[in-house]
Amino acid sequence: MTARQPVRVLGKASGRLATMGPGFGFLTVFLLVPLALVLSYTVFRRGRFGGVVHEPTGENFARLADPLYLEVVAGSVKLAAITTLLALLLGYPTAYLIARLPARWKVIALVAVVLPFWTNFLIRTYAWIVLLNSEGPVNSGLKALGLGPVELLYTDGAIVAGLLYAYLPLMILPLYSAVERLDPELREASANLGARPARTFWSVTLPLSLPGVLTGCVFVFVFVPSLGNFVIPELLGGGRRIMVGNLIRDQFLKARDWPFGSVLALAVVAVLVLLLFAQAWAARRAGRGA
Amino acid sequence: MTLISIDGVSRRFGEVTALDSVSLDIRQGEFFALLGPSGCGKTTLLRILAGFEQPDIGSVRLDGADLLAIPAHRRPVNLMFQSYALFPHMSVEKNVAYGLERERLPRAEIRERVAAVLETVGLAAQARRRPHELSGGQRQRVALARAVVKRPRLLLLDEPLSALDKKVRSEMQLELKRLQHEVGITFVVVTHDQEEAMSLADRIAVLNGGRVEQVDTPVDLYERPRTPFVAGFIGASNLFTGRATGKGLDVDGLGVLPAPAGPVEGGTAMLAVRPERIRLGPVTDGRGALRGRVVDVSFYGGVSHVALSVAGHDRTVLAATQGRARVEAGAEVALSWDADDGALVPLTP
Repeated sequence: MTARQPVRVLGKASGRLATMGPGFGFLTVFLLVPLALVLSYTVFRRGRFGGVVHEPTGENFARLADPLYLEVVAGSVKLAAITTLLALLLGYPTAYLIARLPARWKVIALVAVVLPFWTNFLIRTYAWIVLLNSEGPVNSGLKALGLGPVELLYTDGAIVAGLLYAYLPLMILPLYSAVERLDPELREASANLGARPARTFWSVTLPLSLPGVLTGCVFVFVFVPSLGNFVIPELLGGGRRIMVGNLIRDQFLKARDWPFGSVLALAVVAVLVLLLFAQAWAARRAGRGA
Repeated sequence: MTLISIDGVSRRFGEVTALDSVSLDIRQGEFFALLGPSGCGKTTLLRILAGFEQPDIGSVRLDGADLLAIPAHRRPVNLMFQSYALFPHMSVEKNVAYGLERERLPRAEIRERVAAVLETVGLAAQARRRPHELSGGQRQRVALARAVVKRPRLLLLDEPLSALDKKVRSEMQLELKRLQHEVGITFVVVTHDQEEAMSLADRIAVLNGGRVEQVDTPVDLYERPRTPFVAGFIGASNLFTGRATGKGLDVDGLGVLPAPAGPVEGGTAMLAVRPERIRLGPVTDGRGALRGRVVDVSFYGGVSHVALSVAGHDRTVLAATQGRARVEAGAEVALSWDADDGALVPLTP
């Protein structure tokens, strides 16, 4: 009996390796290796036509402190923060309502939330241009009401609208799963103890769905500046507003300054990792109570 | 004095009738139980009292005032949930204080009352713990404290003992009765467990299929069941169906069995005889109501159960004796009981 044990453990381990292996291998080759390359670029000088010259230098990092770039970062963070806040304000009621729908309608509503993902992202963004331009339906409507025309396209507002539209599902889905998991008896207990519905929401529902709020906010806040959507600022912002995503793309494709592009990318990854750690920590803290 | 008066309450969920014109009076200060199998409507009735559910028709009055017109959060009714439903993000004392804070009481009074009730349920030392750091029994006492601290007119308890293991169960049972005595609040316990209902309640309403079968004290319910359902549901019973005559119950294939004189003479009736009322004796000519063969004897310490097969009766007859049984499996015995030890229940044809 005891003699056989190691064999079984070994069998289990190799079984695990067999199931994890392919995915793990894929990630190693296509995620970790490029990331290591980007990391290594940061300490070298730029090549004249892209690439790097293998001469160590620290000046790439020093450039990060340049007010020009700090302004871009600050601007990105501002837009990301506004987008995140709006996404939360719009997403929470939506997620809350979906979570309380009858089971059949829940599925339909959730499909509706992710439906836009099934259409090409560029086409959807162009649709916003059509919607917002000076002759578009929004402005026609405003004109009819005597309020317009207003310059909508190529503004920060248009960028936020586009970002919000693109990332709202990332807010709704974690919120939905957090609210849906809440025991409805907790709401009943709160009412039974004398709390009005609004009080129940503030004291019970909201605090217990905070992990979902955090996840949603981190998703939206991180994806906006990092994955960075350089398409939306360019198409809806008319290139007037440069976000970190645009900056990174420009360093690699236009300025051919790979080392500095790498520094920027790395900075974004660092922020992302920090935020995800903060989120995991907060979720664990909240989860211990739940 | 009547505290709660439930009159003609019905509730349907689609095709299912959860409550079918239920009428009940619950008296001030009593420990009342709603007892029935799952799906009998007892939980729906509880939810109507708490305000989470509205009846289709019927009225519920508390002290003569219409309870149904009051929203759940303003009723002087508190519920101890079966799942306890403690707020996981709050400490024990925050949980207990929650209801008092909603009443906007002064902080000092809240602190005082929370401390007092935690003392009463023996959880003063755990006041700052979170629910997940407590045992099941402790969590239940928090739930109880949270409901009692509001000093409601009516305290509802949903299956209060079902989640506890045997030892904690009997402790909690005593504690509930003591507490009810001390605070003088009217308790309504909902349960499918007849032992729980019998041991706790002053009066029990047996519900079945959304209807009230019988409302009585535990002893009367046990000894004087008035419907076939109650006769079969409460305790173990030996049930015989036959025609009531002046001399007893005439059962096909068994003859006339001793039965109390009932109001159902001439009609079909069900006779329920408790196992502990059946005496077993040696087979002598013509003595005893029935003859049977011992199938099995099981010893439970204080009592023994003897299972018997009786020719002409398709169900096993159960007899209980004090201490160890004096018969062995395979033995032929005579069964007898006094006419007044049985309960005769009319059967509606």
